[in-house]
Amino acid sequence: MNNNIGSIPLRYRVTIDRDRCMECERCIENCSYGVFRRDGDRILINSRKCTACHRCLAYCPRDAISLEEYPCDYRNHPVWTRQTREDIYNQARTGKIILAGMGSVSNLPVIFDHLMLDASQVTTPPTDPLREPVELRTYLGKKPSRLELRRNPGGDVELATPLAPNLMLETPIMLGHMSYGAISLNAQISMARAAKETGTYMGTGEGGLHAGLYPYQDRMIVQVASGRFGVNIDYLERGAAIEIKLGQGAKPGIGGHLTGEKVSKDVSRTRMIPEGSDAISPAPHHDIYSTEDLSQLVRSIKEATEWKKPVFAKIAAVNNTAENVAAVARASVDAVVIDGFRGGTGAAPKVFRDHVGIPLEVAIASADRELSLQGLRNEVSLIACGSIRESADVVKAIALGADAVYIGTAALVAMGCRVCGNCYQGLCPWGIATQRPDLVQRLDPDVASKQVANLIRAWTMEITELMGAAGINSIESLRGNRDRLRGYMLDENLLRVLDVKSVGA
Amino acid sequence: MAKSLTIDAKDMHYTPLNQQIREALANGAREVTVNGVLGQRFIGSGLQGDATITINGVPGGDLAMFMSGPTIIVHGNADHAPGNTMDSGKVVIHGSAGDAVAHSMRGGTIFVRDNIGYRGGIHMKQYEEKRPILVVGGAARTFLGEYMAGGLLIVLDLNETMDARGIGSGIHGGEIIIRGDVDDASLASGAKKVPLTDEDRARIAPVIREFAGEFGLDPEPLINADYTRIVPASARPFAGKYTWE
Repeated sequence: MNNNIGSIPLRYRVTIDRDRCMECERCIENCSYGVFRRDGDRILINSRKCTACHRCLAYCPRDAISLEEYPCDYRNHPVWTRQTREDIYNQARTGKIILAGMGSVSNLPVIFDHLMLDASQVTTPPTDPLREPVELRTYLGKKPSRLELRRNPGGDVELATPLAPNLMLETPIMLGHMSYGAISLNAQISMARAAKETGTYMGTGEGGLHAGLYPYQDRMIVQVASGRFGVNIDYLERGAAIEIKLGQGAKPGIGGHLTGEKVSKDVSRTRMIPEGSDAISPAPHHDIYSTEDLSQLVRSIKEATEWKKPVFAKIAAVNNTAENVAAVARASVDAVVIDGFRGGTGAAPKVFRDHVGIPLEVAIASADRELSLQGLRNEVSLIACGSIRESADVVKAIALGADAVYIGTAALVAMGCRVCGNCYQGLCPWGIATQRPDLVQRLDPDVASKQVANLIRAWTMEITELMGAAGINSIESLRGNRDRLRGYMLDENLLRVLDVKSVGA
Repeated sequence: MAKSLTIDAKDMHYTPLNQQIREALANGAREVTVNGVLGQRFIGSGLQGDATITINGVPGGDLAMFMSGPTIIVHGNADHAPGNTMDSGKVVIHGSAGDAVAHSMRGGTIFVRDNIGYRGGIHMKQYEEKRPILVVGGAARTFLGEYMAGGLLIVLDLNETMDARGIGSGIHGGEIIIRGDVDDASLASGAKKVPLTDEDRARIAPVIREFAGEFGLDPEPLINADYTRIVPASARPFAGKYTWE
């Protein structure tokens, strides 16, 4: 190695218990990173290639493989951590920006974990969800600020106010935007089937809509990002709704690059760009340099689709999220998606992923409050995303003011993802973040779609139970109902921003 | 219904105007003339079919956005981003146009007789037989062909008033051909000048002939003029910027 750093200590050490191993070679077949190989009568291990994806462990019939993280210590130092040192070695060697996969790894407190949910006891008893139905049906889109009624010639009263198009969800959980290119077609098809089965919707991401997803198009929210990949009138007309991507929680303020290596023949056809070329999404939309321009893009999309579809806009959670959301709400948008700083990504510059943006919890609470103050809350629905990990996060996000959530990483985990964070290598052994046909076919949409649907159903049941316990029988009564939250070990300023009382108060 | 139709757009909002145009096309009209246009945006947004729309007046922003098929002829200037994310068809502007002309255009042709604003042809892209063409008779401004990923952009600079900097910033596909010499200092990093070969000239000649035909110009001096051809220095401008964790 031509540098004065030498090799970095192993990240993972893989070992095989030779007494248990029956040399079936399933580890060799399953590991796409090339950790295992046969040499004569032995299976050899190259731990340096390991990503901790657990594919070998999951498919070893004898539980013979084990894995250890950081088997070799550095001198312990609270400031010069392993990660800071290893990043410096990397950049000293390359002189480049470090890219990393999946969401933030910063060890910052998760506000959701410091918010406790309420339950009813004696003064108001809980309701029994078995007997008293809990309504989770959610409508996303503009609601009229007032209703006008008229009496028709037959004498019946009917609605005179025209209603804007809304999406109807049977559960407030949607599947977030992960593009074809970043993930495989089988992964997208699995999620699309799950969305159809559970009465919810799924985002396409900015990679266009593959023909394999046309059967589920009435469950797809098609995305328009700054690169405009795969965007034409046919694409817009197929979607149930259209989402303009203005920002992403994992990398606020910057665009995206899908590297040429990932632009296979099929990805190229769906994105409508040449095979092997870099797919570059600029930081801004170059036809949106102001809030007035945003309104122009939204209305142009609505004109093109004859005002039949809701148009969403997604922004990253940053310092002045409330003002940004209020600006978006005035731009004819039907729903604003707020992506928190823990949001996932196939690849983002590490410095952005771990340092730019603010927590989702705060962004949702301040956006909901600002919209209410400005009398705009009915103009837009609020969708929260960026590391929604469990049903309790959904309930807390809604109590802070969201109408619904998008899940991304959680859906991938439901399909087998181990959050190894090596999506950018394109070798995902679970068939999710890869385009290699032999790996993609490992993910069977018949099986994976059931797993994703199961997750959505399980969370939906838990949400129902939590709401029943709190004596709440409809999602509208939970939305923005901060009185059903209490902050545990949160400081006074944060409680004020969240507009949540302390535990005991 | 008659094969041609005239719409008076005076004081009309863009939505009913677009509805009337769509309805006319759906009923088989092949020629639609729209008079009295004064700033209505989104005319022809998402319009599909095979008809010619003649606009008398000044259309507002995003003319022919997402358009797939029709021809739009404007007798007047056009505002911001005509041909934005256009798929196919043709836009002919007998006048000047604003910023971001042909933004993210993926197919079809745009001819602008006079000048265009900043970032003309930004992020034009091509795929297989879809190769967008933008020809500007007058001058273009700074950031011409920014992020360009495909297609053909020709600036004829007929009045020799071109004063653009940052040409081809982030260009990673396609070509920009400008009549006359372009100062090296006007090129953004990532763009490079190459000579216009005889094959290139033969390739652009039919485009220039078509442009000259639309505006009653003599094509031969334009075809034989000196041009500067600007192409990406690399198809992967960001490939060397990153290292993996």
